Amino acid sequence: MTENEIKNLEEIFEARIARDEKIEPKDWMPEKYRKSNIRQISQHAHSEVVGMLPEGNWITRAPSLRRKVALLAKVQDEAGHGLYLYSAAETLGISREEMYEQLHSGKAKYSSIFNYPAVTWADMGTIGWLVDGAAIINQVALCSTSFGPYARAMVRICKEESFHQRQGYEILLTLCRGTQEQKAMAQDALNRWWWPSLMMFGPIDAESPNTEQSMKWKLKRKTNDELRQQFIDQTVPQAEILGITIPDPDLKWNEEKKQYDFGEIDWDEFWQVVKGHGPCNKERMDARVSAWEEGNWVRDAAMAYAEKQHDKKLKDVG
Amino acid sequence: MKKDWPLWEVFVRSKNGLEHRHFGSLHATDAVMALENARDVYTRRNEGVSIWVVESKYITASNPSENGELFEPAKSKVYRHPTFYKLPDELKHM
Amino acid sequence: MNNNNLYNYILGIADNTLILGQRLGELCGHGPALETDIALTNIALDLFGQTRNYFQYAALLVGDGKAEDDVAYMRTERNYFNVLLVEQPNTHFGYVMGRQFLFDVYHLLLLEGLQNSSDITLAAIADKGIKEVTYHKRFSGDWMKRLGDGTAESRQKMQEAIDDLWRYTDELFQLTKADKAMIYEGIGVDVSNFKEAYYQEVSEILNEATITVPENKYFTSGGKKGIHTEHMGYILADLQYMQRTYPNMKW
Repeated sequence: MTENEIKNLEEIFEARIARDEKIEPKDWMPEKYRKSNIRQISQHAHSEVVGMLPEGNWITRAPSLRRKVALLAKVQDEAGHGLYLYSAAETLGISREEMYEQLHSGKAKYSSIFNYPAVTWADMGTIGWLVDGAAIINQVALCSTSFGPYARAMVRICKEESFHQRQGYEILLTLCRGTQEQKAMAQDALNRWWWPSLMMFGPIDAESPNTEQSMKWKLKRKTNDELRQQFIDQTVPQAEILGITIPDPDLKWNEEKKQYDFGEIDWDEFWQVVKGHGPCNKERMDARVSAWEEGNWVRDAAMAYAEKQHDKKLKDVG
Repeated sequence: MKKDWPLWEVFVRSKNGLEHRHFGSLHATDAVMALENARDVYTRRNEGVSIWVVESKYITASNPSENGELFEPAKSKVYRHPTFYKLPDELKHM
Repeated sequence: MNNNNLYNYILGIADNTLILGQRLGELCGHGPALETDIALTNIALDLFGQTRNYFQYAALLVGDGKAEDDVAYMRTERNYFNVLLVEQPNTHFGYVMGRQFLFDVYHLLLLEGLQNSSDITLAAIADKGIKEVTYHKRFSGDWMKRLGDGTAESRQKMQEAIDDLWRYTDELFQLTKADKAMIYEGIGVDVSNFKEAYYQEVSEILNEATITVPENKYFTSGGKKGIHTEHMGYILADLQYMQRTYPNMKW
C-alpha cells in the first residue's frame, strides 16, 4: 500500500470513529489502534484472572455456606470475564497463550489493586463493594467503546457483574450491624482498601500517557479523573449507610462543584506497586505462572487425545 | 511440537422458537470438550436450551474491503420494501 | 432428637459433598485453563448446593433453632462422616479428576437409589441432584480418557493417581449403623448392593482410558466412622476458621 492509500484509509477510519460506528476485527484499522486495543483488552483480561486470587484464597474459609457459594460464583465469573476478554483480544490476531506469556514475563500489566493482600473476611466485602464498584464504573463506560468485540464483551460482563458489588456490600452491611469486633473489622478493611481503590482509575489525566489518543479513538469514553470523581461521589453515601468512616480527613462536599473534594493520593505508592513492588506482586505472578506450568501436561494430554480421536475417525471412514 | 487448544465459536439458543445467536468464543481440544466448555462458560445463568459450537477456522467471513460491491447494490432496490408502493389511505391494512 | 439415625445418615451423605466441594474450592484460579476452572467451579457449586439442602433438612431434625451452618461448621473432626476418598488432596490435576471420577460414579448410583427413598425430602434432593451428578460423571469420565489416553506423561500421572486413590474406594460400599437402620426403614440406600456395578463401570472407563485397573488386596477406610486421614484437620481448620475464631456471630 502506498503512503497515500494508507492516509486515505486512516481518514475513512477516523471518520467512522467520529460517526460512532463500531470497528470490527476484519475492518482496516491503524496499527496503533490495533495495538492499543490489544494492550487495553489483555490488561483488562489479566486483571480479571489475577483478581481471582485474593478472593479465591477465602473460598475455603467463608464463614457460612451462603457466603461460600456466592463468593465461589463470583470468582468463577471473574474467570468467565477473563475468558470473554481474551477472546475479544484474540480477534485482533494475538493468541491467549501469547497474552499469558506477556503477563508471566511482566511485560503486560494488570490492575494493581490485586497486589494488595486480602487478610480478613471483611476484605471480601470491601473488594466487592469498592473494587468491583470501581471496576463497574470503568466498565459501564467501556460498553460503548469503539471496538465491537470489546464493547460486546463489556455488555455481557456488566450484566453479570451486577451481583458482585451487592454481594460485597451485603457482607459489610452484616458486619456493620454485627458486634463491635465485626464493625472494627469492616472499618479496618475500608482503611486499607480505600486509597488503592482510588488508584484503580489510573494516574491523573495530566500524567496519563495513553488517555488522549484513547479518548480520540473512543477506546476510553471518560478520563481517569472523571471516573474517579464519579466513584467517590457515589461511594461516600454508601459508606454513610454502613456507618464506617472513609479514611480521608480532606474529604468533604463541595456545594459549588456539586461533588466531593478529596485528599492527595499517594502516587509514589501507586508507581511502586505498578512497577512490581507491591505487597503481593510476586505471590500473584508466582501463582499464575505455576498454574500455567503445572497445567502444561494436562493441556498437552487433552490435545494429544483429541488428535488421536480425530485420526481414528479418519481411519474408520477411510 | 507444542500445540495450543484451538478457538471455537459458540452459538446458543436462549429458548425454543428463537434462533441460535453468537455468544462468544472459547478454547477446546475437540467438539466434545467445546460443547462441555460452552455449557459451563456460557449457560451458567440458565441462558440456553441448545448449543452449537464450530471451530473458528471453519468460518468463512466476507471481506470488509469488498463491502461496496457486496452490499451497496442492495441499497438502491427500494422496490423490495413495502413503503415503495403508494396505496390509498382508505386501505387500512395491507 | 428421636431420629438420630436419620440425622447421621444425612451427614454421611452431605459431608461427602461438603468436603469434596472444599477441595474443589481450593482450586479456583489455579487450574490448567480458564475453561477447566469454570467447569470445576460449576461442579463445586452443585455440590455445595446439595450440601445445603441436606444440612437444612438435618438442622430441622435437630430443631432448637439450629440452621445449616451449625450442622456444617460446628462439629469436631470425629463427627464428620465423609469417606476418605473425598478428603484426599489436589496433588495434581490427575488426582483431582481421578478423585472426582471415582466419586461421581458412586454418587450417581447413590442418588438413583435415594430418589426412591420413602423420605420425601431426601427423595426430592436426590432427584434434583441426579441431573447435576450425571453431568459431573460425564465430565470427569471424559477427562479420564483425555489424561489416560493423552501423552505418555499424562498416562503415567493418571495411573499414579488412580493407583493411589484406589484403596479408598472400598469404603464407599461399607454400611454404617445409621445406614443399616435407614435401609431397614426404607429411607436409606443399601450401597453395598451396587459395589459390583460400580467397579464394572469404573473399569470400563479406565480401560477406555488405557489405565490399568488396580488389583488391590488391601483397602483403607474409617471416614464413615469419623476416623479420617491427617488431611482432614487442615480442611476443617480452613472451613471452621471464622466460626471458631469469632463464635456466635452472624455473617
